[in-house]
Amino acid sequence: MKHIKTVNKANLKETAAKGGCGKCQTSCQSACKTSCTVANQKCEAVK
Amino acid sequence: MIHKYIQNDKYIVLDVCSGGVHLVDKLTYELLDYAKPPFEKVCPDEILDKMSGYDKNEVAECYDELRELYEAKMLFTDDDYAKYAKMAMKAPIKAMCLHVSHDCNLRCKYCFAQTGDFGGCRMLMTPETGKKAMDFLIENSGDRVNLEVDFFGGEPLMAWDTVVETVKYARSIEKAHNKNFRFTITTNGILLDDEKIDYINKEMSNCVLSLDGRKEINDNIRPTPSGKGSYDIIVPKFQKLVAGRGDKDYYVRGTFTKYNLDFANDVLHINELGFEQLSVEPVVTDESLPYAITEADLPAIFNEYDRLYTIMEKQTVEKDRKFNFFHFMIDLNQGPCAVKRLRGCGCGNEYVAVTPDGDIYPCHQFVGIEEWKMGNIFEGTVNQEIKDYFAGMHIYSKEGCSECWARFYCSGGCNANSFIYEGDVKKPHKLSCETQKKRIECAIALAAVKQETGE
Ligand code: SF4
Ligand code: SF4
Ligand code: SF4
Repeated sequence: MKHIKTVNKANLKETAAKGGCGKCQTSCQSACKTSCTVANQKCEAVK
Repeated sequence: MIHKYIQNDKYIVLDVCSGGVHLVDKLTYELLDYAKPPFEKVCPDEILDKMSGYDKNEVAECYDELRELYEAKMLFTDDDYAKYAKMAMKAPIKAMCLHVSHDCNLRCKYCFAQTGDFGGCRMLMTPETGKKAMDFLIENSGDRVNLEVDFFGGEPLMAWDTVVETVKYARSIEKAHNKNFRFTITTNGILLDDEKIDYINKEMSNCVLSLDGRKEINDNIRPTPSGKGSYDIIVPKFQKLVAGRGDKDYYVRGTFTKYNLDFANDVLHINELGFEQLSVEPVVTDESLPYAITEADLPAIFNEYDRLYTIMEKQTVEKDRKFNFFHFMIDLNQGPCAVKRLRGCGCGNEYVAVTPDGDIYPCHQFVGIEEWKMGNIFEGTVNQEIKDYFAGMHIYSKEGCSECWARFYCSGGCNANSFIYEGDVKKPHKLSCETQKKRIECAIALAAVKQETGE
């Protein structure tokens, strides 16, 4: 494509069916915790 | 749904429901004001008319590219995740915030724990209670293997024996129960010494070190009980701790208030002290307080985030990145699954806080609010009604989240902030939403730059 460059190949849609296993870290949005916010967290099922 | 924005010279288009991130040119960016599904085979005349400032052939070409992306399900995708909300529902408890100390040796002005005592009495947790809490966590963790325990306060180093004994006990029983404990600690650093530093670096998989930045900023808002500053006491200790940390995680984290809306300078200052994993975040507090951030401060805060972004973008392009900024970190390729993203906060469901008395609350920020008390570890009961309530708190049950472009990154905000400042767990705290969205924009842009530069 000339006008559009897609940055990421990952597609959330594909993660839904196999997701939700609950292995990953609990998240917390609060500033005072070590816990991650969801956005910078990693999936632990793919490891 | 899409969200488009300009970050420095980048035109960014986010396809909200697939998580697709596209960099586009100015023409395409403007065309997206008009081009929407269903796409026609050729670009409709009325769109060409609206884009009259551009060459018709070019507009038509862009239109074709957009249609191609749409057909490949990378643009304007639907939100069909509601059916998964149920999957993310009730879960075993796998994380615990252990309030080993409801006492503190600093008097930070913005402390939600009200100088450490959470509005109650100053109190330390006994080792017995700490151990009991580990038993409770194991019993309530179902099939979850990884269990997280955060030593928290007040100031947890004031109850050091309890920390050490709790860790020792948990380690002694984890294998038999097929569990794997991960310990973390959040400290203000005052009581750190060589022994504690070594211990933390050995046992704690992550630690949060509280420092607000420049000396005058930190000391003004984080004084000792006698009114002196804390900076000179803690900085050398933190430096020593981090020097011995190896590849284990840590964060130096600060809070910014109305007094330092130029907080990027504090981020840079902390970095200059030798720390590379940084987090500096807005204070969330009652708007009537003098240091509170209000809506009127948002333009200044957005500017400051942009300034920080620009600094980090430059370092990334020049392959000379000196630090990570916690809230500008997004992994566009290996982030959590869509189900996980429906509910960001595990409070009251997967996560609980335990006080020195053994009382159970949904999380550290609910501690002391009587109506949210969920039980006591010595009684071994957990209020299932409250647990169910929090299990049902996801982006489809909160006000405005299901229409918000940031929902798969923010995942519905902080339940405690919503409750404390908007009066309802279901009503996201507006000010937090605004800063959150701005940070996500910066984070996505930075992730795009990283991808381009191969970082
Ligand atoms: S470990 Fe991965 S798949 Fe499992 S819930 Fe977490 S993000 Fe989803
Ligand atoms: S930014 Fe606010 S509205 Fe958007 S998902 Fe987060 S909490 Fe909900
Ligand atoms: S309610 Fe807020 S502070 Fe408590 S766990 Fe959730 S995000 Fe964190």
